[in-house]
Amino acid sequence: MNFSDLLAILPLVILVGWAIILILVDLLIPSHRKGMIAPFAVIGIIIALGVAISQFGEQSTAFGGMVAVDGFSVFLQVLFLISGLFGIALAYDYLKRQGIEHSEYYILLLFSLSGMMLMAMAADLIMVFLALELLSIPLYVLAGFASPRLDSEEAALKYFLLGAFAGGFVVYGIALVFGATQTTALQGIIAATKDGSANVVLLVIGAALILIGLGFKVAVVPFHMWTPDVYQGAPSSVTAFMAVGAKAAGFAGLLRVFMSAFNILAVDLIPILWTLSVITMLLGNIVAIAQSNIKRLLAYSSIAHAGYILMGMVTLGQGEIEGAAIAAALFYLVAYVITSFGAWAVVIALEHGEGKGLALDDYAGLGGKHPALAAAMTVFMLSFTGVPPTLGFMGKFFLFSAVLDGGYVGLAVIGVLTSLVSAYYYLRVVVVMYMQEGEPRVRRDIWLNTTTAITAIATVAISVFSTPLFNWAVRGVMVFFK
Amino acid sequence: MDSFIHPLTLVTFLPLAGVVVILFLKNEQKNAARYTALATSLITFGVSMAVLAQFQRVDPNLQMVIDLPWIRVGSWVIAYHLGVDGLSILLLLLTTFLTPISILSTWTAVEERVKDFMIFFLLLEMGMVGVFLAQDLFLFYVFWEFTLVPMYFLIGIWGGPQRIYAAIKFFLYTMAGSILMLLAILWLGIQGGTFSTPDLIANNHIPANIQFWLFLAFAAAFAIKVPMWPLHSWLPDAHVEAPTAGSIILAGVLLKMGTYGFLRFNIPLFPQAAWQLAPWIAGLAVIGILYGAAVSFAQKDVKKLVAYSSVSHLGFVMLGLFALNPQGIQGGILQMVNHGLSTGALFLIVGMIYERRHTRDMDAFGGLWKVMPVYGALTLIVALSSMGLPGLNGFVGEFTILLGAWDAGQAGHVLGSYWFAGLSALGVILAAVYILFMFQKLFLGPIDKEENRNLKDLNWREIITLAPIIILIFWIGLYPKPFFSLMAPSVDQLMVVLHGAALALH
Repeated sequence: MNFSDLLAILPLVILVGWAIILILVDLLIPSHRKGMIAPFAVIGIIIALGVAISQFGEQSTAFGGMVAVDGFSVFLQVLFLISGLFGIALAYDYLKRQGIEHSEYYILLLFSLSGMMLMAMAADLIMVFLALELLSIPLYVLAGFASPRLDSEEAALKYFLLGAFAGGFVVYGIALVFGATQTTALQGIIAATKDGSANVVLLVIGAALILIGLGFKVAVVPFHMWTPDVYQGAPSSVTAFMAVGAKAAGFAGLLRVFMSAFNILAVDLIPILWTLSVITMLLGNIVAIAQSNIKRLLAYSSIAHAGYILMGMVTLGQGEIEGAAIAAALFYLVAYVITSFGAWAVVIALEHGEGKGLALDDYAGLGGKHPALAAAMTVFMLSFTGVPPTLGFMGKFFLFSAVLDGGYVGLAVIGVLTSLVSAYYYLRVVVVMYMQEGEPRVRRDIWLNTTTAITAIATVAISVFSTPLFNWAVRGVMVFFK
Repeated sequence: MDSFIHPLTLVTFLPLAGVVVILFLKNEQKNAARYTALATSLITFGVSMAVLAQFQRVDPNLQMVIDLPWIRVGSWVIAYHLGVDGLSILLLLLTTFLTPISILSTWTAVEERVKDFMIFFLLLEMGMVGVFLAQDLFLFYVFWEFTLVPMYFLIGIWGGPQRIYAAIKFFLYTMAGSILMLLAILWLGIQGGTFSTPDLIANNHIPANIQFWLFLAFAAAFAIKVPMWPLHSWLPDAHVEAPTAGSIILAGVLLKMGTYGFLRFNIPLFPQAAWQLAPWIAGLAVIGILYGAAVSFAQKDVKKLVAYSSVSHLGFVMLGLFALNPQGIQGGILQMVNHGLSTGALFLIVGMIYERRHTRDMDAFGGLWKVMPVYGALTLIVALSSMGLPGLNGFVGEFTILLGAWDAGQAGHVLGSYWFAGLSALGVILAAVYILFMFQKLFLGPIDKEENRNLKDLNWREIITLAPIIILIFWIGLYPKPFFSLMAPSVDQLMVVLHGAALALH
């Protein structure tokens, strides 16, 4: 380890160091003012964000090839750090209201965030596993943060057990890959497959196991069973962060590992990816129709979106087209992150007491009583559906065009048809807000309102001016295809 | 800066300026919202007249084109590409013409959430104008899908008792078609490297078998919108539940987006497929003509009757377009305008009586002529226009379409059978039956219902709302030449593309 290694992972170092300092600072803060730690956490994230952005354009590896700093990692790190900011904005008032305002919340969030950051850089399967655990363990604790509320504890236990289980899959997959190639470095795996020294059967099984393990994290069907319960049981601010951050991080790992190391296995993996993508889109969207609780509805919606993002990976092994598809997946991820945080901000604004205000019926009359909030929620629902002019539409547009370009017409058709199905339940939220009478209870909090406003405006504005973002994603991905 | 003062940009996004103004009004300032919306739509109409003044009748190509790169991704460019030609100029004018009329019709009919109503209405106008002007497939799709959102709210918030069901049905039906079109658009963009419609038409090398599928994907979106039999079932629900202004715009403009789509995209982009599928489409159109007429006759609800009559009238438009000859297409375009005028006026008329009596059941009326003579006279003119009486606009359109269909029915021509023209002529007669039946039920006979005895005749606002439409009904009916001359060069140019495809086929 030398100085340049540390410099490469500087944003991560800042986050972890800052989190440790905050644990100490926490001792000085009186117990009824623990919310004070939030602005400190924000400062840490902003510094890390600045450093991450300054790494733009850099292309290097560190720690003997264990981590890579490239366009891909910078793109995702910026996304994660912004997620962290939103995550804190959503939690600040919510924790107070729920009577669970402890400084550990923000510290755990920083640790989880650093796990995500590491995932974006991981260039070695061991690093992938390390990042996975680093991001997951704080989330297990956060899911149970409303303890002794039973549903929160249940969520934590369920998430932990299935998370551990998924971790097992990943480790076993890594072991098999190591057995097949004598290495865990992604570049090493590529070299081993090129010179023919790798045992392809073992490698495919290993790749499939890693896919399963990360599939749990991103909630791909059939590894999604935990999602609705955990999303519903965990405190809403945690759910928001988990639904967005953990999923994005899971995809960060999947995308990097598969498009570099396992590109060669395209023939074997594509049918698996294709099937997973299709059943995820189908099940997520169809089951969402039956939900009457907004948290469960968003849980199934998040499952469905995992299916769409997975679509991009079907172009594995097609070179430039794959690059465009992965870039589209990254763009879609951004769309999903921004839209989701907006939607969750509205959910949190309406939640009150212990799990009240979460039924769809509680949204009745929102359009008349709180027009701005309802308008924002409408924008998010339209973005999830994929109606222009929203980010969700642009995401689907780029994704479907890449998939069509790759020759998967059937997959694209299923993609648009399931979008149609999703229109039904997203519109139901809009129907309830505007077309039914009611007296919604809304919490007015500046940070919630700010988050809602920023995300709503971004959802529309970035979709109209999407060129820079997409080209940034393309540049981030193209390093793998030269 | 040039792009912002461009007339087509202005006419598209001017309604947005009105939206911004209305956003700053308070909920209580109902009249301010109404006047702002009306003023905005009138200015937009003024700008569209300026566009007409600049329009060169003899030029068959797109005019006043603005083409700026918008989204640059990899090798392809999505452009902000607007333009107007003979195929779209009349529809642009129809949109900007009907919008202020619709807004006027809401003056007393919409009392709740006026501010929101006007915002959605102006957003809808922006979307519709964009649809008719966009020359980039992607941009077109954005406007096309966007129109769904405000219309969905207009039906869902201000509609009748079944409004939620109708609104969702409207949204899902339309979206079902348009997402298939999206895939076809993507395919075209990927293969052609551009989304620009003129470029795609100019470098058209799509093999016939692929044209067939792309044609169907586009047709799915447009046929649902038109709506063609058997995809029409969303229409009666949407119309019956929508508020009057919504119905006017729905019938007057939104349905035309479907027929316009066939004209602008299906026929020139996939001419060989159009040639092959024309008899099938014309067949469905004829079924629609007869079916719509028959079902109209069976209705007791006046609004439903008018809604089903749209299925019948739009059948004529489709028949004209897919006669694939100049008369048919010109008649089809003119009939789009005619239907917008006469059906828009019919919905206005239904809305006026509904506001007074809160029912649309034909049995609740009778003898209205004696109480409301002005209303009766205006209704008669509109009804006669709708059934195609010579001297009024409907006749000109339907007659030209039938000529086109007859011509196309010759052996060896595209339809290849006189049955198409023959059966649809029957539709003209049926139209006379159900329209006159309705008129008789409402206006003639004795006043046998006590509630009808004291109905007030139309006030000045209502007469002013109807008057421009009546003037146009006579104008087109008596002297249609200026309207035909607007579209003729562009239609002829379309025929060149079609003949090329016909040669390639045989």
